[in-house]
Amino acid sequence: MKRPGRRGTQLACLFLLGCLLFNFPMLALFNVPAKILGLPVLYAYVFTVWLLLIVLLAVVMERKD
Amino acid sequence: MLEGWVIVGASFAYIGLLFAIAFYADRRADAGRSVIANPWIYSLSLAVYATAWTFYGSVGRAASDGVGFLPIYIGPTLMIVLWWLVVRKMIRIAKLNRTTSLADFVAARYGRSALIGGLVTVIAVIGILPYISLQLKAISTSFQILMEYPQIVMPAKAGALSVMQDTAFYVALFLAMFTIAFGTRQLDAAERHEGMVAAIAFESIVKLVAFLAVGVFVTFVMYDGPGDIFERAARRPDLAALMTPFGGAAGGYASWVWLTVLSMMAIMFLPRQFQVAVIENVDERHVKRAMWVFPLYMLAINLFVLPIAIGGLLHFPDNVDADTFVLTLPMARGNEALALLVFIGGLSAATGMVIVETIALSTMVCNDLVMPLVLRLRKYRLAERDLSTLLLDIRRAAIVAILMMGYFYYLLAGEAYALVSIGLISFSAVAQFGPVMIGGLYWKGATRAGALTGLTAGFLVWTYTLLLPAFAKSGWLGFGIEFLERGPFGIELLRPTQLFGLTGLDQITHAMIWSFIANVGLYIGVSVLGRQSAAEHAQATLFVDVYKQTGERGLQWRGTASASSLQTLLGRFQGPARAAELFSAYARERGLKSVEELEGDAELVRYAELQLAGTIGAASARAMVATVAQEDPLGIDEVMTILDEASQVIAYSHRLEDQQRELEAATSELKAANDRLKELDRMKDDFISTVTHELRTPLTSIRAFSEILHDNPDLDAAERQRFLGLVIKESERLTRLINQVLDLAKIESGLALWNTGELDLREIVVDAVNATSPLFRSKGVAIETAMPALVPAVVADRDRLTQVLLNLLSNAVKFCPAGTGRVQVRLAADIGGVLVEVRDNGPGISPEHQAMIFEKFRQVGDTLTQKPSGTGLGLSICRRIIGHFGGRLWVESAPGRGSVFSFVLPCPTAS
Amino acid sequence: MSHRILIAEDEESIVASLEFLMRRSGFETRTAADGREALQCVADFHPDLVILDLMLPFKSGLEVCAEIRARPEWRETRVLMLTARGGANEEGLLAGADDYLSKPFATRELVARVRALLVLAPLRPEAGS
Repeated sequence: MKRPGRRGTQLACLFLLGCLLFNFPMLALFNVPAKILGLPVLYAYVFTVWLLLIVLLAVVMERKD
Repeated sequence: MLEGWVIVGASFAYIGLLFAIAFYADRRADAGRSVIANPWIYSLSLAVYATAWTFYGSVGRAASDGVGFLPIYIGPTLMIVLWWLVVRKMIRIAKLNRTTSLADFVAARYGRSALIGGLVTVIAVIGILPYISLQLKAISTSFQILMEYPQIVMPAKAGALSVMQDTAFYVALFLAMFTIAFGTRQLDAAERHEGMVAAIAFESIVKLVAFLAVGVFVTFVMYDGPGDIFERAARRPDLAALMTPFGGAAGGYASWVWLTVLSMMAIMFLPRQFQVAVIENVDERHVKRAMWVFPLYMLAINLFVLPIAIGGLLHFPDNVDADTFVLTLPMARGNEALALLVFIGGLSAATGMVIVETIALSTMVCNDLVMPLVLRLRKYRLAERDLSTLLLDIRRAAIVAILMMGYFYYLLAGEAYALVSIGLISFSAVAQFGPVMIGGLYWKGATRAGALTGLTAGFLVWTYTLLLPAFAKSGWLGFGIEFLERGPFGIELLRPTQLFGLTGLDQITHAMIWSFIANVGLYIGVSVLGRQSAAEHAQATLFVDVYKQTGERGLQWRGTASASSLQTLLGRFQGPARAAELFSAYARERGLKSVEELEGDAELVRYAELQLAGTIGAASARAMVATVAQEDPLGIDEVMTILDEASQVIAYSHRLEDQQRELEAATSELKAANDRLKELDRMKDDFISTVTHELRTPLTSIRAFSEILHDNPDLDAAERQRFLGLVIKESERLTRLINQVLDLAKIESGLALWNTGELDLREIVVDAVNATSPLFRSKGVAIETAMPALVPAVVADRDRLTQVLLNLLSNAVKFCPAGTGRVQVRLAADIGGVLVEVRDNGPGISPEHQAMIFEKFRQVGDTLTQKPSGTGLGLSICRRIIGHFGGRLWVESAPGRGSVFSFVLPCPTAS
Repeated sequence: MSHRILIAEDEESIVASLEFLMRRSGFETRTAADGREALQCVADFHPDLVILDLMLPFKSGLEVCAEIRARPEWRETRVLMLTARGGANEEGLLAGADDYLSKPFATRELVARVRALLVLAPLRPEAGS
């Protein structure tokens, strides 16, 4: 079988990172009635992680190999 | 201002714009200048994922679950991370197989099984129909709400209106028209629908802009920014709970996770997503950019969902449905323009989904459900009929049927569920494709039987745990609610919503768990226990090892068919003209002059099958080709051997064969080169020995006379003078000879210097004639010249050309009879050049000598009484000079009739 | 009576030099520019010796030599072959020539060989029979 290559490995890691961050123990940490910069922490957390994931994805995909 | 005609007019204007965009994109595609062939359009077309369900329903779900709606978009974001590995592979396979739909893809993977194709189609249609009706409902509801402006009134039940008054009905009709116009333009569904994709991409922009506009309006105009909204929410306990939706219970997280998994499946296996991501993909590199642009799109369209939901909950008392907040909030503030924009945005979200989904489903229905049946029922009677129009009609009928079914489903069940629930039921249905699709891409051992049982089981569990309860709640089933609460025949363990006593989960999570256990378990179990047929194994290898294929298909058919019967077959589905075109293209590719020369070998059978697959799907294509092709019977073991181990051996032996062939070719080339070298060597030896001979002759005279003069000092002055004269003459001859040998060597080796420039040949002729005139006079030979007033210039070396002419003239005079000799020089423009002729009335040259005279040291004088003077190199040099300037020197002659030496030089202006 | 020498050679300047050399040595000479003419001269002139160029028009020196040897009445005629090719001289001898010289030759050597051939002629065994 063909080896997935550098980009493939990076993507697999990113996928696992996303699965981890959008899952039970992490979400529970932010499932509290507190606010950060006027925003509920869970709301802020989810959107921040989401954006981070997209930025990393863009970096991996748009970089010339 | 928001009167009915304004809303209807705006809707029509919008749909008209869609038509225009699609029409323009199709025209551009026909002209070969695709507008959709770029990664941005591809990314936007993927956003067909965001439907009216997103546009209106997300806010509704957020109003009850807080961030609980987000897995529907986070799942796809996670999945898309792997797209470079997964979807790229699917695109590669789909292109190779000319796949027309999701059902076609699955069928092709599992041995081109018509049964699997049909099953996938049935699941997709049943699963997606409610989703389509949901879109119609959204349009209809938003229209009715807007019509009531300035009041905010929740619409009456859908059934309360007659069909003729119902917006949704007309919307369905318009969408059917649009879909038929841009979805069934070509017969070959594997060819893309460029117009449709362009329109979808445009719709994606419209709905995003509309949603962001209302988000900004609610957050910053109605309230004082997100901080203000969340501050107010925190003061109300019911709203504060939305900020921490998980509430500590395990069920909350399970539902979050399962929703994520469900959405991961949906983004790949919803028929419309497969359509835009795989079938409509122009270039697999577009996936690269889409992988971050599309998640960004989803993030943007969800950013304001929670603020709008809370804003709505704060603003309205309980009588307004949260699903309508997007529309009702601007209405409540009297912002008519924004309300209209939101309505158009919702329209775009709904229409985009319906159009693509309908195209995808109708292709599946046509190719994987109707065609196999039609072909089976009428296989023998179809022989002479042209099926291409029938195919298009089936596809159009399927489009209308799907939309009408969606509409009637909406009439019946429209009010039973909130938007989000219907969408999730559809998601759960298509999620059943996940195991067979992903497994099919990476697991060669997955069998047709495994796929069939897994899919069936998953679908049945889905029907039992999700669809049945939904119908029961709508009161469509005779047995109703007690069936749900007590289970069938009172068996509590079989209660559809708490199967085997599994409680504490929401319905979707519950259904997903059981259907996946059934689906994946049977898929793997049956595959592992069973065996693959030869055809299945071939297809499995094809899919899993697609990156190993270099476009060249493996051995598919060992059988043969006559080329004409294949062409006739193809003609029945694509029309005879198109079939003839395809076959002659194939023949041309193989360097054959006509279709008649084609042999009906396995490769041609494969080609025909692929073309057919683009029209009627892989399974039907297989069946049709089988009617005309005789496949040699093959044992399973035999095929296994060929495909498994032997495929590598075969590849290796092919390589060896190639190498051997190359080696043989190289050997024969070397041999030829060697022969040529030997020949050159021999020629060189001959040349040297000839040169030696020619050098010895003058040298003999010089030495003899020198010795005579030396040994005989008593010679009288006259005799001494005569001998010295001969020594000088022979020395000159020797010098001339050496010069010419060197000259020839230089020309032949390419070291000669050429002073090339534009020349008027007339001047050169005149110069040469003047230079040789003493010679002519002394022998009494007449010379005449005939030249036009103007000849085109040639590009050559002046001295060299003069040398040629001097040589030809001195040859002529040499062979002319003294006194009666006559030489004519003629100059004329010729096709593409200038012709120079030197004609003499000498003895002429016999045909066998004509070729010889241009060889080195060949003097035709050998056969004459008198040996001619000269070195025998002159004509050889002349021919090389003329050749160097791209011209040609030749002789025409017959014994007794004189000779004509001619040469042509090309002139740049003539060509 | 002086010996008669036939000079069969197609190169005029060589003919001129040979003619001079032979006359200077006191021989009577006749010239022929090609093979046919050479045979004609042998028949008419009855030379004691033929200086024969290997490459003659119409009939090569080898052919001429072979024909001379084939005629019993010309058996006495000495043949001195002249060749412009280096090397392949034995073919001339095989064809029946009495001696050969390569071009370019030393004039004294040529004259000496001619004299020697003429002096030796009566000693030839065939001459007596």
